[in-house]
This record gives sequence, C-alpha cells and structure tokens, in this order.
Amino acid sequence: MNLLGLVGFVLVLVCAGLMLGLSVIRRKSPPVFREIPAYTHLRQAIGRVVEDGSRLHVSLGRAALTTPQSASALAGLILLRRLADLTSASDKPPVATTGDATLVILAQDTLQAASRAAGQSFYDPTTARLTGLTPFSFAAGALPVIRDENVSTNILMGNFGLEAGLLTDASEREEAFTLAASDYLPAQAIMYTSGQDPLIGEELFAAGAYVEAGRMHTASLVVQDILRWLIIIVILGGAALKLAGLV
Amino acid sequence: MNRILATVVAIAAGILMLVGYFFGHAADGSLNPLGELQLILLNWAVILAAFALFVGVINLLIVHGNKISQRQKGWGYSFILIITLVVTLAIGFLPPQYQEVGLPFVFKAIQLPVEASLIALLTVTLTYASVRLLGRRRNLFSIIFIIFALLILLGTAPLPLLGYLPGLGEFLRPIIAQVLAAGGARGILMGVALGTLTTGLRILFGADRPYGGK
Repeated sequence: MNLLGLVGFVLVLVCAGLMLGLSVIRRKSPPVFREIPAYTHLRQAIGRVVEDGSRLHVSLGRAALTTPQSASALAGLILLRRLADLTSASDKPPVATTGDATLVILAQDTLQAASRAAGQSFYDPTTARLTGLTPFSFAAGALPVIRDENVSTNILMGNFGLEAGLLTDASEREEAFTLAASDYLPAQAIMYTSGQDPLIGEELFAAGAYVEAGRMHTASLVVQDILRWLIIIVILGGAALKLAGLV
Repeated sequence: MNRILATVVAIAAGILMLVGYFFGHAADGSLNPLGELQLILLNWAVILAAFALFVGVINLLIVHGNKISQRQKGWGYSFILIITLVVTLAIGFLPPQYQEVGLPFVFKAIQLPVEASLIALLTVTLTYASVRLLGRRRNLFSIIFIIFALLILLGTAPLPLLGYLPGLGEFLRPIIAQVLAAGGARGILMGVALGTLTTGLRILFGADRPYGGK
C-alpha cells in the first residue's frame, strides 16, 4: 500500500472512531447546527402534507449503487424513510421516483418498511417507480408524478444532472414546495436558479441530522465539521509553507 | 431473523470491500486473496444490478399498466410507452443483421431527437428561471450569481455587430472560470466527499439500513 492509501485508511479509521465516540457520548447540550432554510421549510411542508392529504414526492436521481455517486442516493433513501415515517398519518403514502433499477428496489423496501412500522395493512409497491433509464427519459417519466398526483412537496435528493431543471420547473408551476440537492456541480447551479430551496454541497448529506434521524447522523455532521476545519488548516499551512519556500 | 442476517451480510460485504480497497494488492501490484475476494463481490454486485434492471422494467410495466387499466390522466402516453417497449424488445430478439439496423434506428430516430428537444426546452426553462430568480430570492448571492453568469456569457459568445467585448473574453472570463469558479467548485466537492465518507461509514455501522426493512 502506498503512502496516500495509508493516509486514506487512517483517515477512514479516525472518522469511524470519532463518529462512534460522538454518537455514544451523552453530551449535556446537543450540538447546535446553523439554520438551513430548506430544512426549516421542509418541516412546514411535511405538516402541510399531513394536514391537507396531499402527496409527498421524493426523487432519488440516477446513481447506480455500484458507482461512487450512490452516497447521494443513499442520503436520499434515508430522508425518504424518515419522511415516510413522519407522513404516515397522511391519506396518501409518499411516492418515490428513480432513474436506476437498483434504487427502485431499495426505495420499495424503504417504503414497505415505513408502511409496516406505521401499522398499515396494505403496501402499494408502485409507490416506488423507475421512470426512465436515461437522464431525460427519467425526468420525462417523473414529470407526470409532479403534475398529476396531487403532490404538494417535491424533494429531489440524489445524483441529478441537467434534467433537474425540468423537474424543479414543473414543481414551481404546480406551486409545490421544492427541496433540491445533487452531488453534481452543474445540477447544483441549475437547482440554485430554478429551485425554491436548493441545498449546496455537503448540505445534501446533512438531511438526517436536520430531520432528527438519530444520534449517528448528528455525530457524522460534527465529524464532517471537524474534518473540514482540518482540511482548511492543511490548505492554509501548505500555502504558508509554499510562500516561505519550504516546500 | 432475516433483517439481522441481511444486516450482517451487508456490513461484512461493505467492510471486505473497504479493506480490500486498501490492502487488496500485493507489493508487485497483483491481486492478493483479499483483492480477489473483493473482485468476486464486485462481480456479484454487477450481476445483481443487471437483474435489478429486469425488476425495474417489470415495475415500469406495472405502473403504466395500472394507469391504462384505471384510465388515469395521461394513460395514452403510458400506452405508447408500453407499445414502444415491446417493439424495442422485439427488435432485440431479431437475428443480428436486423438488430444492427433496428436498434440504432430506434435510438437515432426516436430517443436522440426527443432528448435533444428536451435539452432545448431546458434552455428556455433556465433562462426564464434566471429571470425569476431575482424576484423569488432577492439576496446578495443571487445578484452575484446573475452578474457572473452574464459576464461568462458575454465573454464566451460574440455580440451581434459588436463582436467580442474587449477584455472580457481574454481576461475576465478566464479569471472567473479558472480561479473563482474552480476554487469554489473544489470547496463544494470537498464537502461532498466528506459527506460521502460519513454516509458510507453510517451504512457500514448499520446505523442506516436502506435494505432489510429497518
């Protein structure tokens, strides 16, 4: 194993240790995170879904589980589960759309588990749908869900490309709440322009901590902050050493 | 019991993959037993993903079949989708000499033009969204976003009659694109990488289980 690999392995071990430690230690006061308006609005939107019997739509994007982009889709699945729990009192179950076949199976499993946990006797497997396998066929297939199924809240969370603009635009036209996040930079720019509440960068992965999905989510967000500061220090230190002519 | 088994298998496979990534190669670069095990697991994942595609197509058929049988809004489009799917599948079963003509025809004559027109639609949608941005979210960042987008556009494309504006294309645009935007993009990507790392670890710990019905 080369030096970079060793550094990477140690970094993973340190992160794992920190996450486990922080999730086990009971702090006197829980960590306070900065307010992200998108998540504040999401809580209000969830309340509306339950009150007016409308539907929640979570789109998980197109990342295959065998690719590095799957982390964003997994973050979307975790949010889907939490939201399915929170809206279990609603008349209509949430609907999930994806552009990847492996994600459909996981979305079905997630929604079925939420349905079982809520004590519902019936689960409709078509609430998780594969809408298309290419970027724009996926968007074209998801558009009727946004338009025709009484959806009041659209959450786009996962790996989206340029096609995200069509989805956010459709959601805006229906006057539905839109929370949009992608791990792909051009899609983030599009979502910033066309989405109501876009999430930038790592905010996508903070969903669990902000919707109170558990202590491990809070711990992982704290670890992200610690690592970010470490990276900032390393970058500034490197720049200072370079300026001083030491490297 | 099934849930526990699924969790144990998933966590064990995840840890093997992670450890195999760091320690799966011998000093001469060849795969050691751990690396070979990692490769086997990866191959299994690819086979499972291929089978998932089959399940996904069944899901697509059921969703649109229900739409047609219940005469839901837009059922006509669902009907076209199913007919197209069956025809494309049938072409795939034809002898190779017909497949070589049929399948490229489906993609070049139907799929590509439709997707290209959707991209064109997106151009209009985004222009309209940019105009609405200042009305919807009037803050400093939105103003900066619009100004820089305009500067990049002006620096990239010549204006009618006037041509390229002096200083923009050769001076300002490279600074914005290669210094400011590239720096910001790297910062965002670092954040995404950190998020990816912690999400992966949560799944390895079994704290998040998007499988096995937790």
